[in-house]
Amino acid sequence: MSLAIRRTKDHAVKVVSTAFAGIALFLLAWILFTLVMKGLPALGLNVFTKITLPPGHEGGLLNAIVGSLIQIGIAMVIGTPIGLLAGTFLAENGKTTKVGHIARFVNDILLSAPSILVGLFVYAFLVNPFGGFSGWAGAVALAILVIPVIVRTTEDMLNLVPIGLREAAYALGAPQWKVVMMVTWRAARAGIMTGVLLSIARAAGETAPLLFTSLGNNSWSTDLSAPMASLPIAIYQYAGSPFDDWVALAWAGALLITVSVLLLNIVSRLFLARAG
Amino acid sequence: MNSAVDPTFNISSSVSAKPDALQAPTKIKVEKLDFYYGQNHALKNINFEIPEKRVTAMIGPSGCGKSTLLRVFNRMYDLYPGQRAEGGVMFDGVNIVGKELDPTVVRTRIGMVFQKPTPFPMSIYDNIAFGVRLHENLNKAKMDERVESCLRKAAIWEETKDRLHTSALGMSGGQQQRLCIARTIAVQPEVILLDEPTSALDPISTSKIEDLIDELKQDFTIVIVTHNMQQAARCADITAFFYLGELVEVAPSDVIFTNPKQIKTRDYITGRFG
Repeated sequence: MSLAIRRTKDHAVKVVSTAFAGIALFLLAWILFTLVMKGLPALGLNVFTKITLPPGHEGGLLNAIVGSLIQIGIAMVIGTPIGLLAGTFLAENGKTTKVGHIARFVNDILLSAPSILVGLFVYAFLVNPFGGFSGWAGAVALAILVIPVIVRTTEDMLNLVPIGLREAAYALGAPQWKVVMMVTWRAARAGIMTGVLLSIARAAGETAPLLFTSLGNNSWSTDLSAPMASLPIAIYQYAGSPFDDWVALAWAGALLITVSVLLLNIVSRLFLARAG
Repeated sequence: MNSAVDPTFNISSSVSAKPDALQAPTKIKVEKLDFYYGQNHALKNINFEIPEKRVTAMIGPSGCGKSTLLRVFNRMYDLYPGQRAEGGVMFDGVNIVGKELDPTVVRTRIGMVFQKPTPFPMSIYDNIAFGVRLHENLNKAKMDERVESCLRKAAIWEETKDRLHTSALGMSGGQQQRLCIARTIAVQPEVILLDEPTSALDPISTSKIEDLIDELKQDFTIVIVTHNMQQAARCADITAFFYLGELVEVAPSDVIFTNPKQIKTRDYITGRFG
């Protein structure tokens, strides 16, 4: 093949791949632009101070914001220790054992399972038998979604800790639990923290698992045994409504979630950079 | 009884130069030791004595088993399934290879410093205090004292005294390695194992560590694995040469580097292979 043809091919591939990268970026920019254009005007003080009200009553999203915070908070309280410890087991003890292989395989399936499936599962075990939709059920569904993310990142981050660091701690006569808690976790803490933050970002945007569990609630409620509002569900309800003020609130909610997720991503990057 | 195991040992002991090297009591006695990585027979029938408060060097080409033997002395192999030792490593009359002994007890009394500096991701002070806290409950004043004395012994106090509470990861490689030695001393072991402690360091740091080794043998029994034969000649009272999992020769360093008994040893130290 002559040099000219090779140069031309090289050039063609560069142009095509740059063009497609441009298209992808353009789509993302378009989405963000639309979101900001429609969301920002609706993002008034009302959104944060008033609860969802009937159309024409200048309502806000306070109950949905608080509901989301409560459910995500509980989900993280349940999911973080389970995910952290399971990921630690996989990295420290379960490398070659059968239990480890099975747990890792199941976790990978859970990681890619459709979130609506998790919603249905929690519906069958926590909603139906206990007499109705509840904030608890929503929190548990979100916890099941964050656990595999935390397990995976914890295991990956612990595997990056050099074996020599563990050996050095063992060489001082430390038992395994102290090596893990005081040296290995510490060495991997930025990465583990990042995994936890990213799992919050994942939970924040989930709608499907909440539809069957906490259902949504248009009045003020912090009662975890009753249906509870959340931002994704409020967006889902409002965006499809025929009322302009409701649709505007849906955009405001969407912008709110996007900005929060963006902030979480930035914070987690800062964590990693500081550890780097 | 030693001559039955290794005739060169007694022959060389009459050659003088460092006669005291062999008059020290035995600290670790390796008897008929075999070691396996799964099916791989890595150490074959090793018989060997390590004198107390002396520096013993283990040399040999890569894969000869010298690091493996070092890792037997503090049961490091226990961390990996499939690795096993058979035979005896007598330490104060107890077989440390025996299953009934808790490896953390062995590791407390026989410390180890590794090839690459491995500071923990914490402050310089906490790097030292970590090991101490595992075994002793000292108040703050006592702990401060211990940290200072270990850093002094490791010849790094002057460089660290004003930054004790900053991260150890910000130190240079040579400083980190001396910190690791200080950390090992802090647990007050009887034996210190050094696994190629200077191979990742520059010449100046290396010479500092070598001076340090000379100091430390006043208080500790030292076993060092090294690829650097000049280092063994400089630092060690006794040198053992390993080849393909066998102990070929052990003798006072001046003897082994000037008048080795075995042809294999001579070929190795003159650079014909390895």
